[in-house]
This record gives sequence, C-alpha cells and structure tokens, in this order.
Amino acid sequence: MTLAAPEGNLIELRGVRFRRGNFRVFDGLDMAIPKGKVTAVMGPSGTGKTTLLRLITGQLKPDAGSVRVGEYEVPSLSLSRLYEMRRQMGMLFQNGALLTDFSVFENVAFPLREHTRLPDRLIRHIVLTKLHAVGLRGAAELFPGELSGGMNRRVALARAIVMDPDILIYDEPFVGLDPISMGVIVRLIRRLNDALGLTSVVVSHDVRELELVADHSFLLAEGRVVASGAHRELMDEDSPLVRQFMHGEADGPVAYHFPAKDYGDDLFDRGQGPR
Amino acid sequence: MGLIREIGATLVAFLRALGSMAIFLGRLIIYAPAGLLRFRLVVQQVHNTGSLSLAIIMLSGFFVGLVLGLQGFDLLRRFNSENVLGGAVALGLIKELGPVVTALLFAGRAGTALASEIGLMKATDQLSAMEMMAVDPMKRVVLPRFLGGVIAMPFLVAIFTAIGIFGAWMIGVAWMGVDPGVFWSQMQSLVSMDDVREGIFKSIVFGVAASLVAVYEGYTAWPTAEGVGRATTRTVVITAVSVLILDYMITAALL
Repeated sequence: MTLAAPEGNLIELRGVRFRRGNFRVFDGLDMAIPKGKVTAVMGPSGTGKTTLLRLITGQLKPDAGSVRVGEYEVPSLSLSRLYEMRRQMGMLFQNGALLTDFSVFENVAFPLREHTRLPDRLIRHIVLTKLHAVGLRGAAELFPGELSGGMNRRVALARAIVMDPDILIYDEPFVGLDPISMGVIVRLIRRLNDALGLTSVVVSHDVRELELVADHSFLLAEGRVVASGAHRELMDEDSPLVRQFMHGEADGPVAYHFPAKDYGDDLFDRGQGPR
Repeated sequence: MGLIREIGATLVAFLRALGSMAIFLGRLIIYAPAGLLRFRLVVQQVHNTGSLSLAIIMLSGFFVGLVLGLQGFDLLRRFNSENVLGGAVALGLIKELGPVVTALLFAGRAGTALASEIGLMKATDQLSAMEMMAVDPMKRVVLPRFLGGVIAMPFLVAIFTAIGIFGAWMIGVAWMGVDPGVFWSQMQSLVSMDDVREGIFKSIVFGVAASLVAVYEGYTAWPTAEGVGRATTRTVVITAVSVLILDYMITAALL
C-alpha cells in the first residue's frame, strides 16, 4: 500500500470519538485534509490538537470512527503496516526531539541508516542536501545541545524530510521562536510543501503565522470542528467562538476563567467550610 | 480495614509491576535474535556499560579481597588452619560475593545511567520521534542496552573475583606469611567446577535482572524530571532487593 492516493483528500477522519478518562477529547470529529496543500489545525490549548496528530500517526487509537491516511485505515493496522505507513510520513516535534548523543549530521542520517543500505557517500550527499535546504549545512558536525531552539527545529525538519515523505506533520512549529526564526520556519513550510509536492499538516494556535502559510484551516473546539475553510474566510467569520479565537479576544464563548465556585465565597471560605 | 486494603493494594500493584516486567522481558527475548544481528550496537553497549562499571568494580573487588583476607586469616588462625585461606576466600568470592557485589555495583553505576538515559530520551520525545521514523525504540534503544548489560556482567564478575583473590593473596601470602604453594593448592583442591558453574550461573541471572530492571524503569518512567529521578532510584532499590532474593533462591536450589 502507498500514500499515493488519487487527487482529493489524503487524510480523512470520520466520526472520530476519543476519550481520556472521563474527558471527551473528540466527540464525532470529521475532517478531510486535501492532498498537496498546507492545512492548518487550530484550536485553543487543550482541545486535543496533539491528540489529533497522534491519531493520524497511529500512536493512539480512537474509541470509534475511522482514520484514513492514503490507503491505510490507521486504527486497524498491524505494527509492521504502521511502520510502513510512517516511513512515508515526516513529523516535526514541538522541541525537535533530536537524538542528543548524535551529531546534527548523524541525526539527519539516522532514518537513512535505519531503513536503507545506501553507501556512505550517497548518504552524505543526501544529508548535506537536506541540511542545505534548511540552511544548516555548516552545522553538520555540531551537536543538538550546541544549537539554538530554532536551529534544533530546522535540523529536525531536515530529518523529517530526509526519507522524502508524502506527508509532513508539524506539531506547534512556531512555539517559542524569535521573530527571525519564526519567519524562517514559515517560509520553509511553504517552500518545502511546494517544492517537494508534500501534503503538510500544521497544528498550531498562532493565527498570524498560519495566515502566511495555510491554504486551508480547521478550527477545533469542544471535540469537534467548529469552522473550516480558507484562512482569510475564517478571519472574517461571524460566529462568536471563531471570532474570539481568530482575533484573540478575552471575552467570548471560551471562558478565560477555569470553572470555579463563586469568587467571594472562595476568598472568604463561605459555604463549603474549610477544604 | 484501611490497613488491610492498603496492604492488598500494594500487593496487587507489586504483582502487576512484576507481570508487566515479565511481559517486557518476553518482548526483549523475542526481539533478541534480531538485535544480535545488529551486533555493532550491542558491542557499543557492552563497551559502554562495561567501561562505566570497570573501575569501580576493580577497586571494590580489591578491597573486598583485602577484607576477606584479613577476616579469613584471623578466623582460620583460631583453628590453626590458616592454610585453607586461599580456598575459603576463593569459594566465598566465586559463589557469593563476586556475583552479588558486582550486581549491586553494576546497578549503582551502569543501571542508573541506563535508566536515566532511556527515561530522558522518553521525556524529550526522542523515543516518540523514533517511532515516527518507523524505528522501534524497543529494538533500537532498549534491546542493545539490555543485551550489553547481560553480556558485560559475567566478565565484570570474573574481573571482580580475580582481583578479590589477588587482594586476599596480598594479605595472606605477602603479609601474613601463608605459604604460597599451600595457598594456591588449597584453592585448587577446594574449589570444584560446580562452584565455578554456580558463580557463572548467578552472574548471568543477576546480569539479566539488573539490566532488565534498569531498561524497564527507564522505558516506563513518567516523562518528567521527577519521573526520571524516581526511575533511577527505583532501579537501584529494585535491583538490590531482587538480586539478594534471587541469590537466596539459587543458593537454596543448588545446595
């Protein structure tokens, strides 16, 4: 099986339910991610964005519903099929997740050494090309600890594309970056997607950066997709929740305060007695 | 009532941990042939764990030997039989002290390093990243470290025992004046091949136990700073207790 599905939707989630303990993370989630595009998945913290990625990559299984990636029906895959599918995916972790006792070069070479029997000369060629693409060819001999957070993430990006995947997944790629690194990553996401013919999924809550890069956006809240469409359209949407999120307003359906009892009662310890 | 319930809960938790550790060991054994094919990774880990523990094991072995020599000499002299010093020390080291003390030192030095390394890799998403690169961390990270420890342990035990005997020789022969010929010949006649086999068997069992506890604790650690810290502590405590219990069981079974 391959990911080379016909044009249309490369990733499809239908009626996905997932609960963690008593908390319903997803309750009938539907989502279709088109091939060849950059798709953004947004949502307030705690709406299960990372959980969604783990469902797509098969690290978690939904309680009900279907998760289809290319021709793979993810929840029912055997471990070897799952690994076969993942070989066609790249994922960028929030902190890069580089192997700390390998050099930058060996980190990028890692998937090649694990999955192929290419000669060293060819591996060197491929690795340096990918590092060059993220502008870090000169850092090949350094170790992850010697790099800044933004550079770590770029190395991880080079590693994620070294096997020439069809799908590239970004988990919060903009968190904790300075404006320059941020711009670099934004441009890289766009450029890699178009140059390598990828399908990119970007999970983030940075509305402004996504505006620069996303072709299509989903907004998650309360276990469902509450809005979807071109990013521009979402910015202009009128529903209160979408407005609150897209424009970062404190007041709206998503309460600023975590549910609590009455403020005065709590301060003066009335009603419930000492806790 | 509360006390009984708590004891019961502790017991159930203990049995559950034991069971999941057994399943973990089962997976490692199933993967082991594939792991041995990638021998370079295993050799690297033998080198790693071995060189981590070698210095401390040599030093400890030497001093354990010195103490055994002194105490043994003092005790045997009361029965006018200081001539059997060599045999007595060798038996004690080969059958008991060598495997047990080496395993305890191994847990403190290499075991903690393994547990915290794997735990930290988990906490920093390195294991998840491997899974996403279609590389099974059980095979790539856990298995070579486990096999490395299992292979290194008998050699470390042998080194510990040999140096311990040398330490006892220094006390008995070089200092207290036991005849060297008698020292060695007593050792030769007293120590049978069965004793050596018992020591080797113990060193293998303890090697499996110490390495298993270390990689298991690291792999199942909570992915936080506190979790990794707790995993390292648990590695030492669980290894020490289980090695001593296993030692008793093996000794009783073989006697």
